[in-house]
Amino acid sequence: MLLKTFTLGGVHPEENKISSGQPIRKAPIPKTAVVPIAQHIGAPAEIIIAKGDKVKTGQLIARGQSFISANVHAPVSGTVTKIDEFMDSSGYRKRAIQIETEGDEWIGTIDRDEKIDATIKRSREEIIQLIKESGIVGMGGATFPTHIKMMVPQGKKADCLIINGVECEPYLTSDHRLMVERGEELMIGARILMTALGVEKAYIGIENNKPDAIDHLTNLSKRFPGITIHPLKVKYPQGGEKQLIKAIINREVPSGKLPIETGCIVQNVGTAIAVYEAVQKNKPLFERVVTVTGKSVRNPCNLLVRIGTPISVLLEEAGGIPTDTRKVINGGPMMGKALNSLDVPVIKGMSGVVVMPEKEARRPKISNCIRCARCTFVCPMGLSPYLIAQMAEARLEERAEAERIMDCIECGSCSFTCPSGRPLLDNIRVAKSKVGQIIRSRAK
Amino acid sequence: MNSAIIFVVATLSILGLVSAVILYFIARKFKVIEDPRIDQIAEILPAANCGGCGFAGCRNFAESIVKNESLDNMFCPVGGNELLKLIAPIIGQEAVEKDPMIAVLRCNGSFAHAPLKTTYEGIDSCFFMNALHAGDNGCPYGCLGGGDCVIACTFDAMYMDKETGLPVIIQDKCVACGACVKACPRNILELRPKGKKDRRIFVGCVNREKGAVAKKNCEVACIGCGKCVKECKFEAISMVNNLAYIHAEKCTLCRKCVAVCPTDAIHELNFPERKKQVVETENKEA
Repeated sequence: MLLKTFTLGGVHPEENKISSGQPIRKAPIPKTAVVPIAQHIGAPAEIIIAKGDKVKTGQLIARGQSFISANVHAPVSGTVTKIDEFMDSSGYRKRAIQIETEGDEWIGTIDRDEKIDATIKRSREEIIQLIKESGIVGMGGATFPTHIKMMVPQGKKADCLIINGVECEPYLTSDHRLMVERGEELMIGARILMTALGVEKAYIGIENNKPDAIDHLTNLSKRFPGITIHPLKVKYPQGGEKQLIKAIINREVPSGKLPIETGCIVQNVGTAIAVYEAVQKNKPLFERVVTVTGKSVRNPCNLLVRIGTPISVLLEEAGGIPTDTRKVINGGPMMGKALNSLDVPVIKGMSGVVVMPEKEARRPKISNCIRCARCTFVCPMGLSPYLIAQMAEARLEERAEAERIMDCIECGSCSFTCPSGRPLLDNIRVAKSKVGQIIRSRAK
Repeated sequence: MNSAIIFVVATLSILGLVSAVILYFIARKFKVIEDPRIDQIAEILPAANCGGCGFAGCRNFAESIVKNESLDNMFCPVGGNELLKLIAPIIGQEAVEKDPMIAVLRCNGSFAHAPLKTTYEGIDSCFFMNALHAGDNGCPYGCLGGGDCVIACTFDAMYMDKETGLPVIIQDKCVACGACVKACPRNILELRPKGKKDRRIFVGCVNREKGAVAKKNCEVACIGCGKCVKECKFEAISMVNNLAYIHAEKCTLCRKCVAVCPTDAIHELNFPERKKQVVETENKEA
């Protein structure tokens, strides 16, 4: 059988899925958890507790306040010791709540029974309300509030749901392990999302380098009518929303538009399982699976981590920081950003921590563009990265906008493939945020 | 033969005459009246085209002086007051003396004062560094050391000090055009009055974090303790968001604030050495 994939561009980085055979295990609950109030795209949540308050695990501590925002829940039980500004992964200080852990007492409404509950009792509105209450955001890394994504705008109609189990980033294996170990919950989560959207069809896209996940879910899918599994050819960045839609149902998202234009909604595997937990078990989002890996790491692993756990705790759990470490990356090596400090807490959108040894972390020496057009060939959005990067460097934001900089998905294929080692994505990313600001100010 | 020559000469002469008449009337009709004073002023201007006056270039500056026939809010930082005195008679105005300005660096987070915690690898420009992270020394307000200001300076008045990682302003060369101020993504550089005898006092820090947090990253940060505000009798120092600011127009250069600052965040430039220190040492000896 010919495997499907997206047509335009793409690269083949070394997969390095070192931790794919490691079952998910629970990370220790941290002594103090730092919970940022802005873990999602949109307005930061509003803090509804005060210093000195006792909180239980799963209790709402900050409420999403505007249309695009998400609730934040306490990941541990204990006392709120500080509401202050704490360092985030870029080194800038953002508002966060510090909780000192005392035991682990969960709020009573959470159903802690391990038995899988397959019957969907809730109505469409109730499901979306529960997703909203539980503070679920896109767990693939984009952290867009899920309840907003599930509310199909008027005049548009969704006809299918795509579950993103591609995990095309090298090194990361958290979605892979979730599919293998919690396949049934994933299927039920997908059913819940289908009910909420009112669609009959769902596709789960998985890259062909995860045969165990494909087999397991194909077997399960016999019990869940309407859900089909699509093995896909391995190619980066297949996990991008637009690329996945193209690969599975061969529809193209128009430039500057949302995927709903093509009639489908894409949700990550982690998000689907979080939705299952929220709707069936009443459990808000306060823990997630994080891959801790790297070639020099002693025990690469997949950990179920409470939000707010410092990264240093995760690295300790993976056998300590190797001596030749040069860089610790938040996310995968293609799209992730190097961390400024190891005290940074885990947030909802953090899918992995990759430790890079000295010899791999170095960036190539920058030389001149030789006009080989490799970046143009590999760009999955059909852009001309060399041109946009040049405009970004010259701060010509308007011209960069005309070259469709806003369509860039920041996958990093251009920088990866550049034989001159040019920092194409670095330039584009900064200019993209500038152009975004310009567009927003124009709308006002 | 002869007639042919006469014919050619005659036609060309008539043609020339007719064209001259047409050109004369066209030239009168579309005459561009340019004030000769613009040229006069433009000739005296330094022709650096630095943009420090706020106009696109020196000629643009000259044009708008003549157009408005006044020197209000017009100042060429390169030429300074002397230049203004030369321009004034051309448009028949009095030159109003202005305090000459100079750029100052309001950060002292050198490698020694604010040790590096990380190593940045990427595009060597403050503009990009600022967008990506807080800085290698952890201070989200301080100098990033990328040298955007040095590149922006067209007067060779700045250089990066490799020992400290901070830019240095060569006081004799700085003309206060403000190019570095615009180039700095963190607003660390500021144009301040040159002051009497070139003496200046300013707070060498722009960190608005709480004292303890700021101090953790940099030992010479302003911690917002407020001692200088209490010490100043002239109300020249204000404290906003944990950061002291000395208002140059009220400052009398008494240097009392410098002495009380617990973190040495207040800088004094071009002052003679302190007498007080001598007194102290004498006391100790006694």
